[in-house]
Amino acid sequence: MSESRERTLQRLRNMVAIRRFEEKCAELYEAAKIHGFLHLYIGEEAVAVGAMECLRPQDAIVATYREHGHALVRGVPASSIMAEMFGKVEGCSRGRGGSMHIFDASRRFFGGNAIVGGGLPLAVGLALADKLQQRHQVTACFFGDGAMAEGEFHECANLAALWKLPVLFLCENNLYAMGTALERHQAQPDLSARARSYGMTGERADGMDVEAVAESTARVAAQVREGNGPGFIEFLTYRFRAHSMYDPDLYRSKAEVEQWKQRDPIALFQARARERGTLSEADVTAIEASVQQEIEAAVAFAEAGTWEPVEQLLADVYTPPETR
Amino acid sequence: MSTVRTTYRECVREALREALRRDQRVFLMGEDVGRYGGSYAVSKGLLEEFGSERIRDTPLSESTFVGAGIGAAMGGMRPIVEIMTVNFSLLALDQIVNNAATLRHMSGGQISIPLVIRMATGAGRQLAAQHSHSLEGWYAHIPGIKVLAPATLEDARGMLWSALQDPDPVLIFEHASLYNLAGEIDSGAGAVPIDKAAVRRAGTDVSLVTYGGTLYKCLEAAGELAKAGVQAEVVDLRSLRPLDTDTVLASVRKTHRAVVVDEGWRSGSLSAEVMARIMEAAFYELDAPVERVCSAEVPIPYAAHLERAATPQVPAIVAAAQRVVSSHV
Repeated sequence: MSESRERTLQRLRNMVAIRRFEEKCAELYEAAKIHGFLHLYIGEEAVAVGAMECLRPQDAIVATYREHGHALVRGVPASSIMAEMFGKVEGCSRGRGGSMHIFDASRRFFGGNAIVGGGLPLAVGLALADKLQQRHQVTACFFGDGAMAEGEFHECANLAALWKLPVLFLCENNLYAMGTALERHQAQPDLSARARSYGMTGERADGMDVEAVAESTARVAAQVREGNGPGFIEFLTYRFRAHSMYDPDLYRSKAEVEQWKQRDPIALFQARARERGTLSEADVTAIEASVQQEIEAAVAFAEAGTWEPVEQLLADVYTPPETR
Repeated sequence: MSTVRTTYRECVREALREALRRDQRVFLMGEDVGRYGGSYAVSKGLLEEFGSERIRDTPLSESTFVGAGIGAAMGGMRPIVEIMTVNFSLLALDQIVNNAATLRHMSGGQISIPLVIRMATGAGRQLAAQHSHSLEGWYAHIPGIKVLAPATLEDARGMLWSALQDPDPVLIFEHASLYNLAGEIDSGAGAVPIDKAAVRRAGTDVSLVTYGGTLYKCLEAAGELAKAGVQAEVVDLRSLRPLDTDTVLASVRKTHRAVVVDEGWRSGSLSAEVMARIMEAAFYELDAPVERVCSAEVPIPYAAHLERAATPQVPAIVAAAQRVVSSHV
């Protein structure tokens, strides 16, 4: 298989996996199998898929509460994520975190953070640890346009640039901070211009185009790896679903949503790949079938999972003495 | 064993120096810890000795340098973050409460945060309302972190290393009035346990339970009480979370009377927690209701006489102890 065909199939599979996984999550939420807050990434898949392929296993990732897609692409098993959302002890965070707190330290996936902007300082610290230990790796920090209004963005951009830390700031600009439109929360809506004001590389990329995402990330990540300090990319994207399952989605028009759906990242990429001849109808069918199977297995795993005994309630608040 | 003459400030500095020498993963960061030498001169000389990679001056970005400490701990370092004072720690409250305290549990035990955060605390220097907080009791409310209040030279010297050996986040509150405290310390002084309270003066008639800056006020009060024939026992909590209830209860079972002294505001204070625990576990041991001496419920004022009136003072401690001793149930 040619490299380009292999990459095409991988990208499509990753995007389809996120889409179908989250459609299943929404269904299971309605069925009261998943509870709490559930924030779907549907529509934004190209960002996680395109950006994540530029990262190496030793790189660190800090994400937001809308992080199922990032976790899946990073290789956190769908079964482990699904079990977490069910609240089962077999979940990646032993049922302590739920949808917003997917962790997998073995893959250097440092969560799921439910405080907007709360993960940014952690990313700066992870990058500082790498720099102090002369490890040549980067920390990718995903956050939304809403986080750009938090003081932490300013503080972290300043500190990472000042100390030349290898942080890849990846802003998923889906145009809304929950229900508040970008032009209603940002005095400077050109977000990469703000990043550049700290003296770091700042780009804007089409977040609906997985190839554009990968191309931009590869370029900026390469600069960050050279040790010249952080880089920033604003991915212009859009979520097709409401902010969370609680959101009646009254702050934007149906027409606007429909217009963005015309640029569905999966359909867009499929059409282009078909046109190029690197993808066939049979490939699409095979991907859908394999994803379907993976999700069914994940749901079965979560269903079969067990509840942590209540006697374990206080476990892991502190490190147990015997493991120190 | 020989002793050396030293101060609380020098003890903390020596503890930092020892940690930086013994463990290459240790580094210190915070506002003005390097070139300035620390706003309380605690880290003076360390930049020259250890260099700017390990003694890191930060911008005035409390949330981010505390969060970066958490991230660096996740990345295998052993950071010591200095927040100039507890007052500024409020700008980092989100990182401490929402990240440092939660990440281990919320990740199902996958992540440890071996981080130490030091800060100055307390009133008494006419710095007015925004620079005189004693919020360590607030922090002690939060599961997932540990909270220490070294009050003696030995603890200033020895708690830091123990805190660094702890795989979980530890906050150390240094009462600003103690930095100039001078005295003799064992020349070989080193690490001390960080989960036990200590009896600083033995007595039989009433237990004065305190920590941090008010320890010396309690010891002074105990001296005055002795002149009046009342033998007060002074218990230094040392660790506010976990709270060593056993040592407090053992003292109360001996004296049957207690006064809790805490520079925090009375309502919802650490003193309330200590009193509740005594009531829960030793109610029938008590010969009188437990009293407490706390800060008045007012933003700490600037004027010296008002500041004194707002915070626990020796005469109030003596009076409370006398009331408790003369009262019978």
